[in-house]
Amino acid sequence: MTNILVYALHYEGAFNKNSLGAVSEAARLAAEIGGEAHALVLGSKAELTDELCGTLGTYGATTVHRAEGPEGLSQPVVDAMAKVISDGGHGYALFGGGLLGFEIGAGLVARLDAGVTMEVTAVNARDGKLVAERPILQDSSISDVEYRSSVGVIIGRLNAFEIVERGSGAAAVVDVDYELSEWSTKATMVQRGEQRGADVNIEDADILIAGGRGLGKAEGFEALEALAGSLGGAVAATRAVVDAGWYSYSAQIGQTGKTVAPKLYLAAGISGAIQHKVGMQSSENIVAINKDSNAPIFEFSDLGIVGDLNKIVPKLTEAVKAKKGS
Amino acid sequence: MKICVLVKEVPDAAVEKRIDPSTGRMDRSGEKNLNPFDTHAIEAAMQLKEGGELEVDEVVAVTMGPDSALRALHKAVSLGADRSVHLSDEALAGSDVNGTGYALAQALATEAPDLVLLGQQSDDGECYTIGAVVADHLRAPSLTQVIKIDVEDGRLRCERQAEYGYDTVLVELPAVISVGDAINEPRYPSLKAIMGAKKKPLAKVAAGDVGIAPDRVGYDNARAHCGAFHDPPAKSAGQIIEDEDTNETVEKIVAWLDERKLI
Repeated sequence: MTNILVYALHYEGAFNKNSLGAVSEAARLAAEIGGEAHALVLGSKAELTDELCGTLGTYGATTVHRAEGPEGLSQPVVDAMAKVISDGGHGYALFGGGLLGFEIGAGLVARLDAGVTMEVTAVNARDGKLVAERPILQDSSISDVEYRSSVGVIIGRLNAFEIVERGSGAAAVVDVDYELSEWSTKATMVQRGEQRGADVNIEDADILIAGGRGLGKAEGFEALEALAGSLGGAVAATRAVVDAGWYSYSAQIGQTGKTVAPKLYLAAGISGAIQHKVGMQSSENIVAINKDSNAPIFEFSDLGIVGDLNKIVPKLTEAVKAKKGS
Repeated sequence: MKICVLVKEVPDAAVEKRIDPSTGRMDRSGEKNLNPFDTHAIEAAMQLKEGGELEVDEVVAVTMGPDSALRALHKAVSLGADRSVHLSDEALAGSDVNGTGYALAQALATEAPDLVLLGQQSDDGECYTIGAVVADHLRAPSLTQVIKIDVEDGRLRCERQAEYGYDTVLVELPAVISVGDAINEPRYPSLKAIMGAKKKPLAKVAAGDVGIAPDRVGYDNARAHCGAFHDPPAKSAGQIIEDEDTNETVEKIVAWLDERKLI
């Protein structure tokens, strides 16, 4: 019997949807290898009520291990998960992706001498063991990864695991008796979840015009706003330009940002790194403008234009306006 | 105080990467560049040194890799590192994340730095994880994907984007911090620095010199074993337009959008 332990991230009273996907996936896989899916949550007991923790049973977790500790930092979670795995003999630790999942998974690698696979897009059960599929080389090939360690760490790509409600009852909630490592107490959260820039709603837009580093400077977004205006859409951005302060955080697509699937996604000056791709690949029509003909985005766009966006975007705006006026 | 910067040589972005079918490992023969994210880590180290709020005596570049990895160290030194350490041993070839993180931690432990900086990801492997593996081995606090570092009473005030917005975290030293590319604009090395790079001290160390246990590293001891490679589901290639006459290009785009009732 091999059990799987999943880290479930929560914030302001709700679980992260990628964590719910990971719990669902763990329940599916555990059934195939004859084990159970367990979840670990960490935070204040006041917020992590029995009721909230128990809801993870809906997605197939049978037991929820509840640890008290500082939220939003990875190393306390490493301490708690390592304790639960050592006591319970779990064979795998599964994460739904995101920054904390990568950090916690990596910490467990060192702590438990575990093998790790990241950016995993699918997991299969084979002869009672789990095999992780990891796309490599800009998704041009997929590698099947097997574990040769007593614990295997699987870090999913964002949105890789589907949320499935299994209709099972509430999970049992067990408090974890663990100690923080000395070094886990040396990082302290000063402020969490700060929103930067104006509040923009991009999730409901049918048309999104997205900008990346290729815009060259923050002012480059003015041309995109004009194009979005002409098409009746909204403007979105990559993480790189949001971190650089060029555009609002709430407009960010991809890893740690939002996931969108509009009718039209026009990417201007975006190379199409995996972290961006995971947030927009389900869009109905993808148009890309990039001066680098080798940009990965051309591999998953429906219409690709190799050229200078500074020349093309303003003319396209005028042409769309003219078309609409006709 | 000592800052160690982990650097890595990666394939040139223009070189097509591939898996060598005979070994099942990445063919790294086309490698020649310092990982772009690592230049941001070196710049962050230089800014801490020059900022004067921490008394930084030296910045040491550390890499693990074959002989060719020397070029990454030379580049790191030309960007400001005072000396470099090259961990190189046939026994390390083919190590997975577990083995690589362990081996680097062993090399770093010998240096006993007050701060370890690295780029948040490598251009080739895209693992994001090495920093946190190294940190746990070194029993140090750790933060990844940091885009701003300020010194506050001998601690580092770090900002990064996490799942729910921007987090600000205070980290005590010694610590391991991985940085994103928004943290700074790396300087260009001067010609003098490039010429002088080969004269700066470079220590070549083997696995045994830093107490690396042979059964924890190398291809045969990988805890995660990459088995079969297969192709992803095929996606039909889209239409590509090379922009020569912009008016014509724009006309084609409008027609394409119009056909799909997007205008």
